[in-house]
Amino acid sequence: MSDIVDARGLSCPQPVLLAMSKMKEKTSGEIEVIIDNEVSRENVSRAARSQGWEILDTQRKGDDYHLILKR
Amino acid sequence: MEVERTRNLFATGMGIIAVGIIIGVLASLLQKLGNPGNMGICVACFDRDITGAVGMHRAEVVQYLRPEILGFVLGSLAAALLFGEFKPRGGSAPLARFVLGMTAMIGALVFLGCPWRTLLRLAGGDGNALFGLAGLAVGVWGGTLFFKQGYSLGRSSKQSAGTGLLMPLLIAGLLVLRFMFAPVEGQAQSGVLFYSLKGPGAAYAPVALSLGIGLLVGFLAQRSRFCTMGALRDLILFRQWHLFSGFLALLAAAWLTNLVVGQFHPGFEKQPVAHTHALWNFAGMLVAGLSFALAGGCPGRQLFMSGEGDADAGVFVLGMITGAAFAHNFGLASSPAGIGPHGIAAVVVSLFFCLVIGLSNIERARA
Repeated sequence: MSDIVDARGLSCPQPVLLAMSKMKEKTSGEIEVIIDNEVSRENVSRAARSQGWEILDTQRKGDDYHLILKR
Repeated sequence: MEVERTRNLFATGMGIIAVGIIIGVLASLLQKLGNPGNMGICVACFDRDITGAVGMHRAEVVQYLRPEILGFVLGSLAAALLFGEFKPRGGSAPLARFVLGMTAMIGALVFLGCPWRTLLRLAGGDGNALFGLAGLAVGVWGGTLFFKQGYSLGRSSKQSAGTGLLMPLLIAGLLVLRFMFAPVEGQAQSGVLFYSLKGPGAAYAPVALSLGIGLLVGFLAQRSRFCTMGALRDLILFRQWHLFSGFLALLAAAWLTNLVVGQFHPGFEKQPVAHTHALWNFAGMLVAGLSFALAGGCPGRQLFMSGEGDADAGVFVLGMITGAAFAHNFGLASSPAGIGPHGIAAVVVSLFFCLVIGLSNIERARA
């Protein structure tokens, strides 16, 4: 099972929904969420924190953001 | 974590509340400055007025090229360019978005207001807006059910800078027309533009103030991601209060400003640009709320996103303009006298189209 969520090109609220369903599935460990805009980065980060996950790292790769979530 | 928080202050909890307050106060003041009652800013009504100004419908009382709307897109463009967030994108089910723009506008014009005006009507004491707000919430809730089932209009892809700039360029063109063909006292036409001599279309604040406030709101809303539909959606879907706090701030700020400037008149009867049919206030906004949810943004947010280079949001806006033309040409829109002759049919047909789009875009197997 992949721990990568690719939400590039998807609009609100889908990146958050995809990330949340992965967080519910895994309950702990690390998840990488790939998004391609600042709004999704803010939204996914906010949702992750509200679920008790921390943002371990935010990497900018070209046009994309790779968020590493950890709990 | 702290670094990213300070990078965009407007996207913080206090930031979104501040933006809601600013919009609420300015919208209320725009009424004082000349905009129609409880309509300091109404994205649906103002898009509709623009539709009339360019002659796509000929309802004489609602024709004015509203500078606020133009400012929204250009202010958002400026913020996006300044902060490196101008990202030309598109290609996510454009026709579905166009039709959702139409259904959103038709539903909003049965109620007589977008979600922003729903709040401004409440802030002005218009009790009928309670039914609109309830319809909006139920419509957005309906949209969240689709998302929970895997609804998606698909991914957008990167577009050329020219494609991303098309909407702002169209808007800039309209702004040029507004200055080339300014209203002439007592005349219903100036150059290619139509103007109202009476009714809400004849009520407007001075152009520089309207444009300036539009630019400021566009700039702030782009930074804060202010969205009235998203406010309800995130609360329902994620129990998240972030955007909803901005929504409440707008309502409270507009209400307090109205109290101060004497614009608060509680009641149901004889409210400005409103009718008292509870069921159709509810049903119109239900259709609009569902349309906004399925398209991923309230009409204001769609304008702001179109300024950021989102061509799909631009298509939604053009759908709204087309919906406004049909709404007035076909007698679908309401008026203070009541619902339009074909308003009920319009709600049913619009709901049908929303359901077709919603049901046919549920992807079970997703990444």
